[in-house]
Amino acid sequence: MLHTVNKSPFEKNSLESCLRLSKEGCAVLLFEDAVYGALKGTQLEATVVEALKSKKMYVLLPDIEARGMRAEDVISGVQTVDYAGFVDLVAEKATVQAWL
Amino acid sequence: MDGEGGVIKKFLYVNRKAPYGTIYALESLEVVLIGAAFEQDVSLVFIDDGVYQLKKGQQTTVDSGIGVKDFSKTYRALEGYDVEKLYVDKKSMEMRGLSTSDLNVDVEVLDDAQMADLMAQQDIILSF
Repeated sequence: MLHTVNKSPFEKNSLESCLRLSKEGCAVLLFEDAVYGALKGTQLEATVVEALKSKKMYVLLPDIEARGMRAEDVISGVQTVDYAGFVDLVAEKATVQAWL
Repeated sequence: MDGEGGVIKKFLYVNRKAPYGTIYALESLEVVLIGAAFEQDVSLVFIDDGVYQLKKGQQTTVDSGIGVKDFSKTYRALEGYDVEKLYVDKKSMEMRGLSTSDLNVDVEVLDDAQMADLMAQQDIILSF
């Protein structure tokens, strides 16, 4: 299963709810304003590092770069993907849950 | 303003949204620029995800990114319109792992009490 999150974790609790209510082994893709949750050095970092122990996390690189960050600012273990990678993830998973 | 007696009011624009996920940040900037024509006493504050509007190095071109206008450069042009008072909420910035060296304009960093004081001094507050 693929979970997608597109809202900033500082503004909405979408990422928090997603991580709380998703199963081990699932994939979580952060895009649009949710990419702020994938960055090193924020108050959210520990939460994401913890989630990485049981879940695969991805982040859309064009949305990172648009916001003035770079791939090297992303928490290690969170994989960066481009638009084609986003499509691959959606195609390979049976279901997608969008946490709007 | 001469014909109206030149009353100058204190305007505060409150920015609390990240730049590209919604249109609020760009719309706020448009209103600031329009308002600048009226020669009022303008201040801008950046709170919560609004501090991300000022992040250096935004890349949004069609080739390398999301293919929208990078309006972050416009904040640097504001002083040309006599909009020179930019303030950032200290807690919001620190929570996001940012410091003033990550921002592309000069700002004054305010603590909770200072921010509350600034808001209390205004005639008009516009929130985005």
